[in-house]
Amino acid sequence: MAKRIEVSGLNVYYGDFKAVEDVSMTIEPRSVTAFIGPSGCGKSTYLRTLNRMHEVIPGARVEGKVMLDQQDLYASGIDPVAVRRVVGMVFQRPNPFPTMSIFDNVASGLKLNGVKDKKKLTEVVEASLKGANLWNEVKDRLEKPGSGLSGGQQQRLCIARAIAVEPEVILMDEPCSALDPISTLAIEDLIEKLKDKFTVVIVTHNMQQAARVSDQTAFFNLAATGKPGRLIEMGPTKQIFSNPNEKATEDYITGRFG
Amino acid sequence: MSSTDGTAPPDRPTDRSTGPKLDLGPVGHLGDRLFAGLARGSGGLVVAIVAFVGIFLLALAIPALADNNSSFLFSRIWEPGGETPRFGIAALFYTTLVSSIIAMVIAVPIAVGVALFTTYYSPKRLAAPVSHAIDLLAAVPSIIYGLWAIIFFAPILRPVIDGLSSALGWLPLFEKPATDNLGVVFTASVVLAIMILPVVTAISREIFAQTPITHREGALALGATRWEMIRMAVLPYGRSGVVSASMLGLGRALGETVAVLIILSVPNGNDPWDSSIFAGGETFASKIANNAAEFDSPEKTGAYIAAGLVLFVVTFLVNSAARLIVARSGPGNRRPRRNRRAGTNPAQTEGAAT
Repeated sequence: MAKRIEVSGLNVYYGDFKAVEDVSMTIEPRSVTAFIGPSGCGKSTYLRTLNRMHEVIPGARVEGKVMLDQQDLYASGIDPVAVRRVVGMVFQRPNPFPTMSIFDNVASGLKLNGVKDKKKLTEVVEASLKGANLWNEVKDRLEKPGSGLSGGQQQRLCIARAIAVEPEVILMDEPCSALDPISTLAIEDLIEKLKDKFTVVIVTHNMQQAARVSDQTAFFNLAATGKPGRLIEMGPTKQIFSNPNEKATEDYITGRFG
Repeated sequence: MSSTDGTAPPDRPTDRSTGPKLDLGPVGHLGDRLFAGLARGSGGLVVAIVAFVGIFLLALAIPALADNNSSFLFSRIWEPGGETPRFGIAALFYTTLVSSIIAMVIAVPIAVGVALFTTYYSPKRLAAPVSHAIDLLAAVPSIIYGLWAIIFFAPILRPVIDGLSSALGWLPLFEKPATDNLGVVFTASVVLAIMILPVVTAISREIFAQTPITHREGALALGATRWEMIRMAVLPYGRSGVVSASMLGLGRALGETVAVLIILSVPNGNDPWDSSIFAGGETFASKIANNAAEFDSPEKTGAYIAAGLVLFVVTFLVNSAARLIVARSGPGNRRPRRNRRAGTNPAQTEGAAT
C-alpha cells in the first residue's frame, strides 16, 4: 500500500513565471523524504505537483513527468480528483472541517468514496484515529466538533482524515509549523509510525525535524529572487547533514546561508 | 497647578531635562470635538426618528382599535369608518406572508445557484458580467416591475399556473378559483422573487467567496470533486449567511408596495377572497396604498395605520431574526459555545496546547 514516485524533468509555472525548474528524483516507498530549503525556493509548490493540488491555483501548470509506479499522473485521461484519492495531503495549518464532528471529519473521505455502511465507517474511523495517535484523546467525544480540539490534536485529526482513505502516499506541507514543541513531537512520532504503511513526503523549515524524521533529504535552493527554485542535491539524510556534496547545502544546514 | 488630563500645557518646566525642550502642548482637538458631536447627534437622531414613527403609529392606531367591532387579528372583514367600524387583518396577513414566503422559496435556490456559479464555476470573465446583471435587477424601479409583470409576464405565467393547479389543486393553497384573472398572488410572488434575487445573491456570493482556502483545499486534497468540495466546505461555511440573506429578502418582500399593488387584483363581490395563491388578494402594503385616497376620517385612517403597525412589527421581527442568526453564528464557527466547552474538556491531554 505504498508506491514509488519517480519525477523526471519537472518544471512548474505560475502563468509566465517559472517557479521550479528541472527537478528529477525518486522517492522510495515506505520511507520518509524531507524537502528542505529557504523560503520561496519552490519546495511547497513542487510538493503540490505530486498530487496535482497546484491546479487549485489559477494559472499554475506543469511540464515533465510524475510517475507513481509506472503510472504518469499527468497523462491525458487522468482525473486529478482520482490522483488526490491516492496521494493524500496534510497542510501547514490544521484544517478540520469546522462544522463536522470529529467522527465525520475522519469519515469524510470515505463518504466521498461512497462508503455508507455505518459499521465499516465506525471501524475505519477508530483504526485511523488510532493510526494517528489520537484515539485515546477523543474516543469519548467523537460527536464533538473537530474545531474544538487543540492545534496539535487538530493536525493529528487531519492526518487521521488523510489516512482513513488508505492512500499510497501522504504529502505533508510544513505540518508542524503552526504547532508548539510538544504537539510537534507527537506529530514526529506519528510520522515515524506512518512510514510502515505509507510513502511519506514532508516539507519542513525545521532542519532538526528533517534530521529526526526523514530517511532521505532533498535540498532545494534558488539562485536569486525571481529565479526558479532547483533541486540542489538529494541523498540519505545522514549524509546530507554530515557530509553534503554541494557547498550550498552545507552552507544552508550549518546556518551560513546567504 | 497643571491639569491632570495631559492636554493642558505643562506650567512648570522640569530642570532635569538636558536637551532642547520638547513641544508637548495641546495639538488641537477641534476636529475631534466637532466630529464627536456630529456622530453623537446623528446616532441620537436615528433613534429619535424610529421612536417617533412608532409613537405616531401607536397614537393613531389605538383610538381606531378601541372603536373596532370585530376581532382585529382574526377577522377578514375590512369596513373601517361608518357607524360600526369593523376591520381585521387576517386576510392581509395571510396574503402578505404567503406571497413573501413563496417569493423566498423561489428566489433563494436560484440566488444560491447564481452565487456558487459566479464564485466557483464560471470563468473569471463571465463571473463579473453575470454578477453585474443580477445587481442591475436591484436598480429597476418597482413600478417598472409591476407594469412589466401585469402586461407582459402574467400572461406567460398562465400555463404554469394551470399546470400547478391541475397537479396540486387538491391542496387549498393551489386550488383553481372560479374566475380567471391575471393579477394573482402567485404572479406577485414570482415578481417579488425577482426583486429580492439581487440582495440574496449578493450576500451569498460574498460569504461563499470568503470560505477559507484551507477548508476548500482540505476537501480537494481528500479527492473531492468541485461539487463535493462545495458541499463539504463552502455550504457549511456559508449557511448562516444564506439564512440571514433570505431573511433580509423576506423582509423586503413583505414591505414591497407598488409592484404588488399593480399586479394583485382586489377581491370583490364577483371574485371573493380565496385562500388559493392562484386568486387575487391584498397585502398590508398594497391595501394601504390602494386606499390612501380614503384617509378622510381619523377612524378610517386609524384602521389603516393599525394594519401598517402590524407590517412594521412583522418586518422588524424578521430583520431582527436575521441579525440574531448572523450574530449567533458567524461564518465558519457555527457552534461557538460547544466548541469552547470541547476545548476545555479535561480529556484533553496536551498540556502545552492550553
